[in-house]
Amino acid sequence: MSLGGHYNYWIAILLMMIGLYPVIAKPNLIKKILGLSLFQTGIFLFYISVGKVFGGTAPIYFEPAGRDPAMYTNSIPTALILTGIVVSVSTTAVALAIAVSIKRAYGTVEMYDIENADRDDQE
Amino acid sequence: MIRNNLPVLVIIIPLLAGLVTSFSRRLPGFAWAWVTAVTWVVFAIAVALLREVLGLPTGGHISYPMGSWTVPWGIEYRVDALNGFVLVIVAGIAAVVTSGARLSIEAEIPADRQHLFYSVWLLCITGLLGITVTGDAFNVYVLLEIASLATYTLVAMGKDRSRRALTASMNYVVLGTIGASFILIGIGYLYMVSGTLNMADIAEHLRVLQSAWQQGDMTYRRTVVTAFAFLMTGFAIKLALFPVHSWLPDAYTYAPSPVSALLAATATKVGAYITFRFLFTVLGASFSFNVMPAGVIILICGVAAVLAGSWIAMRQSNIKRMLAYSSVAQIGYIAIGLGLANPTGLQGSIVHLFNHAVTKGGLFLALAGVSFRRGGVTLRHVQGMGRRMPLTMAAFVAGGMGLIGVPLTSGFISKWYLLSGAIDKASYASAVALILGSLLAVGYVWRVVEVIYFRPPADPAEDVREAPASILIATWVLIGASLFFGVNATLTARLSAAAVRALGVLP
Amino acid sequence: MREQSILRVAAKMMTPFILVFGLYVVFHGDISPGGGFQGGVIIASGFILYGLVYGGADMRRVIPRWLSDALLALGVLLYAGTGTFCLLAGYRFLDYTALRPSSPGTGEVIGMTLVEYGVGFTVAMVMVTIYNEISEGTVPEDGGDGSATAEAPSSGAAAGRDAIRPGTAAPPSAA
Repeated sequence: MSLGGHYNYWIAILLMMIGLYPVIAKPNLIKKILGLSLFQTGIFLFYISVGKVFGGTAPIYFEPAGRDPAMYTNSIPTALILTGIVVSVSTTAVALAIAVSIKRAYGTVEMYDIENADRDDQE
Repeated sequence: MIRNNLPVLVIIIPLLAGLVTSFSRRLPGFAWAWVTAVTWVVFAIAVALLREVLGLPTGGHISYPMGSWTVPWGIEYRVDALNGFVLVIVAGIAAVVTSGARLSIEAEIPADRQHLFYSVWLLCITGLLGITVTGDAFNVYVLLEIASLATYTLVAMGKDRSRRALTASMNYVVLGTIGASFILIGIGYLYMVSGTLNMADIAEHLRVLQSAWQQGDMTYRRTVVTAFAFLMTGFAIKLALFPVHSWLPDAYTYAPSPVSALLAATATKVGAYITFRFLFTVLGASFSFNVMPAGVIILICGVAAVLAGSWIAMRQSNIKRMLAYSSVAQIGYIAIGLGLANPTGLQGSIVHLFNHAVTKGGLFLALAGVSFRRGGVTLRHVQGMGRRMPLTMAAFVAGGMGLIGVPLTSGFISKWYLLSGAIDKASYASAVALILGSLLAVGYVWRVVEVIYFRPPADPAEDVREAPASILIATWVLIGASLFFGVNATLTARLSAAAVRALGVLP
Repeated sequence: MREQSILRVAAKMMTPFILVFGLYVVFHGDISPGGGFQGGVIIASGFILYGLVYGGADMRRVIPRWLSDALLALGVLLYAGTGTFCLLAGYRFLDYTALRPSSPGTGEVIGMTLVEYGVGFTVAMVMVTIYNEISEGTVPEDGGDGSATAEAPSSGAAAGRDAIRPGTAAPPSAA
C-alpha cells in the first residue's frame, strides 16, 4: 500500500472525517448541516481525483492529442459528480429550510435545548 | 408506442403530473383528483409491465435504453420479475393510499399548502418507482436522493400537528444523507473496478474478477471488498435494519397520517429490493455470502431487529410509534430471509415485501381514520372505540393478526416460508427468533385490542362516529388484500418464485 | 448595506456582467466546461448579490415571485417536454434524433441545447427562491442603514431610502 501514490485517498478520507465530526459531536444544527456538506465534498473530491489520467489533458478535443482516449482525463466521474453536487445542494437547502422551521417552532437550534423542550412537552 | 415505452412512462408521468399539481393553488379540489388519477394510471402501467415480463421465458427481462444510447454506455431501464413485482407493490399502495387520503390531508395540512404537498407526494412516488425500474447504478443513487428529499419534506409537513415532526425530519435528513453518501462511495469503487455504471455490466466484470481471485490472482479484491462494505452500510441505513434504524420511529410517528401509510408500505420495501439487487445480481451471491460474511451479519441484525423491535413496541402508548417499531421487527423478518439466502428463505423475504406492505399500509390508514375522528392516536384516544368505530377497529385487529402471523392472514404465508427456509438451513436460532417474534407481536397487538374492546370509553357521552367512507374503503381494500392473499396465496407465491429465479437463485 | 457606497456601486456594475457570463456558461456548455447547472448557479448568484446589497424588496421588484415560479416550471417543462416530444415522435424518451431525423448530429446539438437552457432556468430560479425563502424576515428589507432594522415593508423601504439618502453624506464627514 503506497502512501505517496494514493495521497488523494488520504486527503479525501481526511475531509470526510473532518466533515463527519461536527455531525456527531456538535449540538448546533447549522454546524451539523455544514459538516454534512463537507463530508459530501470529500466524497466528490475522491471521485474526481480517481478519474484523473496522469499525463492527460482536459476532456475537450484537442488536436495535438488526437483521438487516443489515454490522452484525456476521464470525463464520466466529473459528470457524475455534477449530479452529485446538485443533490448535495438540494439536501443542504432542505436541511436549512427544516432548521429555519425548527428555529421558528422551538426558538433555538441547539440540539440539547430542543430535546429538553420535547421532554417538557411530553410531561 | 405506449407499449414500447412503459418503463420510462412509469416515471415521467408522475414527474410531469407533480409539476402541474404545484400550480393548482386556485383550484381547490383539483389537486387530489388529479393525483389520484395519475397514481391509478401508473398502477395500470406497472401491472402491464409485470404481465409483459412474466410472459417472457425465465430469466428474461425488458430492456429500455434511454435516448437510444446502446446499453453499456447509456442508462438502461431494466425490468425483470423481481423489479416488476416491487413496481406493482409500490404503485398499488400509492394508488390506494392516495385514493383514501383526501380528508386526512385536508385535516392535517394547512389549506394553502395542500397543492404543494400533493406535488411533493408525486415526486416521492416518482423517486421510489424510479429506483425500482432503473438498471444503472448511479441512476439508483440519483433517484434514491429524489425519493429521500421528497420524504424528508413530507415528514416535516407534520409540523402543524406536532413540532417534533421537524426534529424527526432533521434526524432523518442527517442519517439518510450519510447512508446515501456511503452508497455513492460504494458505486464509485465499483465504477473504478469495472469502468461502467450499468448494473448488469458491472456484474459481468465482477464475475471475471471473482474467478481470477479463485485462481489466486488478487487484483482489485480490496477495492471490491471496500465497495461491498460501504454499499451494505448505506443500504442498511435506508432499509432501517436494526442498529441503524433510529430514524424510523420518529419519522413514522410524527409524519402526517397518509404519509406514514405511504412510507411504511413502500420506502423500506424499495430499500430491501435494492439490497437484493446489489447482493445477488451485481456483487454475486457466491461473493456476498461465501467470501464476505453478508449472510451471517444480516441474519444477526435481522434476529436482533425482530426481538428488539417487538420488545420496544410493547412498551409504547402511542399506537403509531408502536407500529413503527413493529415495522423495524418486520424488516428484521425480511433481513432473516435475506441472510438465510436459500431459495425458500428468499421467497419468504420477497413475499413478505408484499404482505407487510399491504398489512402496514392498511394499519396506518386505519390509524388515519382514528386520527381524523379522535384527533390523536394514543391508547387513550382508541379506548373503548370498539363499539363506536366498529369497521375501523375490525380492520386494525385484522391487520394486527397479519403482523402476528395468524393462519388465514398473509403474515402467516411469509412466516411459513421463512421458517421453512430457516429449518432447511438448520439455522435453529433464526427459527426460534421467528417464533419469539410472533409471540411478542401478540403482546403488542393484544395490548391495543384489549384497550379498544374491553375498556369503557374515556368520555362515554362524547359522540364519535365511524371513520369517513373514503378512508374506510381504502383501509379495507388493503386489509382485504392482506386477508385474501393469506387464504389464497397462489398469485403471490408464483410471483415471488419468479422473482427468486430472476435473482439467479435456483431452487 | 446600501449605505456602503463601494458595495452599492460595485454590485450595480458587476451584476450585468455576472448575468451575461452565466448565460455564456449555459450556452457554451457542450464544448467548454460549464452547462446548465453551473450557468444557472452563476445567474442566480448575480441576482442574490443584488438582493444582498439592495435588500429583498428591490430584488423581488426585479424578479417577482410569479416570474421565478413561472420560469422554474418552464425550465422543467422544457427538459421534460423535449423528452416527451421525442417520445411522441415515435422514438424513445430523450432520443434527440427525433428533433432532426435527417441529420442525427444536428438533432443531438439541438436537443442538448434545449435541455441545458431548461436546466439553467430552473436552477437559477430555484437558487433565487431558496435565498428568498430563507432570508425572509432575517435580512433587512431595505438593505439596512448601518443599524439592524428588519422587515420594513416595501412602501416603507421607499420612504426609508429617501430618508437615508440625505444622511449618507453625514457619516463620512462626521468621521
